[in-house]
Amino acid sequence: MAKAPQMTHVVHAMFDDDHKLLDAARNIVAKGVKVKDVYSPFPIHGLDPVIGVKRTRMAIVSFMFGMTGLSLALLGMWYFMVYDWPMNIGGKPSFSLLENLPAFVPVSFEFTVLCAAHGMAITYLLRNGTLPGMPAVNPDPRTTDDKFVMEITNVENPGMDMAELSDLLKEEGAIEINQKSLSAK
Amino acid sequence: MHKEAAIREPLILGDKSYHDITNDVVGPIEGKASKTWYLLVSIAGLISLWGLGCIVYLIATGIGVWGLNKTVGWAWDITNFVWWVGIGHAGTLISAVLLLFRQKWRMAINRSAEAMTIFAVMMAALFPGIHMGRIWVAYWVLPLPNTFGSLWVNFNSPLLWDVFAISTYFSVSLVFWYIGLIPDFATIRDRMTKPLAKKIYGILSFGWSGKAKNWTRFEEVSLVLAGLATPLVFSVHSIVSFDFATSVIPGWHTTIFPPYFVSGAVFSGFAMVLTLLLIMRKVMRLENYITIKHVEYMNIVIIVTGSIVGVAYITELFISWYSGVEYESYAFINRFSGPYFWAYWAMMTCNVISPQLFWFKKLRTNLTFTFIISIVVNIGMWFERFVIIVTSIHRDYVPSSWSMFYPTWVDIGIFIGTIGIFFTLFLLFARFFPVLALNELKTILKVSGEKYKKEDH
Repeated sequence: MAKAPQMTHVVHAMFDDDHKLLDAARNIVAKGVKVKDVYSPFPIHGLDPVIGVKRTRMAIVSFMFGMTGLSLALLGMWYFMVYDWPMNIGGKPSFSLLENLPAFVPVSFEFTVLCAAHGMAITYLLRNGTLPGMPAVNPDPRTTDDKFVMEITNVENPGMDMAELSDLLKEEGAIEINQKSLSAK
Repeated sequence: MHKEAAIREPLILGDKSYHDITNDVVGPIEGKASKTWYLLVSIAGLISLWGLGCIVYLIATGIGVWGLNKTVGWAWDITNFVWWVGIGHAGTLISAVLLLFRQKWRMAINRSAEAMTIFAVMMAALFPGIHMGRIWVAYWVLPLPNTFGSLWVNFNSPLLWDVFAISTYFSVSLVFWYIGLIPDFATIRDRMTKPLAKKIYGILSFGWSGKAKNWTRFEEVSLVLAGLATPLVFSVHSIVSFDFATSVIPGWHTTIFPPYFVSGAVFSGFAMVLTLLLIMRKVMRLENYITIKHVEYMNIVIIVTGSIVGVAYITELFISWYSGVEYESYAFINRFSGPYFWAYWAMMTCNVISPQLFWFKKLRTNLTFTFIISIVVNIGMWFERFVIIVTSIHRDYVPSSWSMFYPTWVDIGIFIGTIGIFFTLFLLFARFFPVLALNELKTILKVSGEKYKKEDH
């Protein structure tokens, strides 16, 4: 592009079908165009490898929070029941963590699930940038209903001719193309 | 792409597009509420107020206003607690277990079933709370440093396990439900024209924009939460059953309790889902989404769990005789022929006989019949808990302390009141929340939609 480099050009190509968008993404990626993002009303299966979205690590996050919860639960119960104030309840004295373990299974399990679920959910909201009061950034309100928008910018595709790209997207079945130029801050 | 056999009945009927799904669900939220809705919410609201009044009276006066006595220390309060927790189980089963088993039919019912779970668990948690008598020291169930007295809470006690189980269950169900709701709130936000409504749904939707990466995370998080919620749902009612099973009361001290309670919970939960959804599909015109096939699937779950419950009842009866323990035998002879025989036989009829009628396809696809059975099952399951709790303790080891339990108006008032609060919350949910999981339903439209299925041939 001959224009000043601090201008960001954004192309929003709208599709009316998830499979049309998926096919279009495959074709334009094969031609060397990088897709920045896709906005859709529901997950489009098979899109992630095409546009280069990496596998999420949410499950690992959950596992780590779960392990933290398990450790805290066991540590806590050992402290309360064995170390700080051991009691003989119903002829079942508290001697060591191992001997008391069967009675500690339910709370250990519940606390593991509690930490794994909430830890993951909070991480999920933070990583997505979805928190109460956050502004929505989908380019068109119809993308949460029945339309699918592909976002391509010249940041990922330096030197891309935006007019040529629009024609290409039209050929691929885009029903609407919107171009925006944003000046860099 | 997911493929589905042509022989399977479509899950979404009619000639629907993605936009139609949005319209059918969001339309009623945008429009004005009907007179029927106002009427129902007023009735439910009045019953709630009555219930809340009874609770205030109870707390102000003390639990002596209940019909409890020194022999029967647990009666309607704990019966209602177990009943409500049990009802909650269907929602988690539908949203978590059926997700893991990739049962697509769950998508039409999971949202409202989860809402039901949350409201039911709220009602359940109320009962142990008010049963404490001094609700203002309810925080003593938490393991707090012993500046308050001298001791930590007892981690060997099932009652404490229950505190952890119920609070985990409630909060995890709430999070699971809300994470599914966020994208649907975004759909409503983007359609709303009234500024205030747009603002409110904007806040509720947390600024969801539906980016590809967000959806990947969404699906992963849903799957992991389902994986966590599945053992959780089994653990919760198992722990509830430990409240009884770990005691040495004849009739309670049985190893069969955890699976017996869990299947009973799913049984009663599905019955409540049917009660609510059969009305909702009619009133909100959702017949194309919650189809006869969905009702039939739920009825099949009712046959399975109802049969497990039936086997458990008979096993229990047999073992009480086979054990050779006279106290154990007496507890069961007293159940079916003692002063509470009518409750026992009501339970047997409602829970063991009535669901077996669903073996007839004509009956399990008949909506009126299903509705009647769903209410019968809920009554039966309430009696099951009443029978287990009251008949086991009203005649203990010392005949001189034998007694009966008679509910007072406060017992009855609080129970009726929780039903009112439950329905008020559900009606508010049906009015302001997306009652179907829009983002999930849209993913199965091309696979299980009637129009698309026809076009494939």
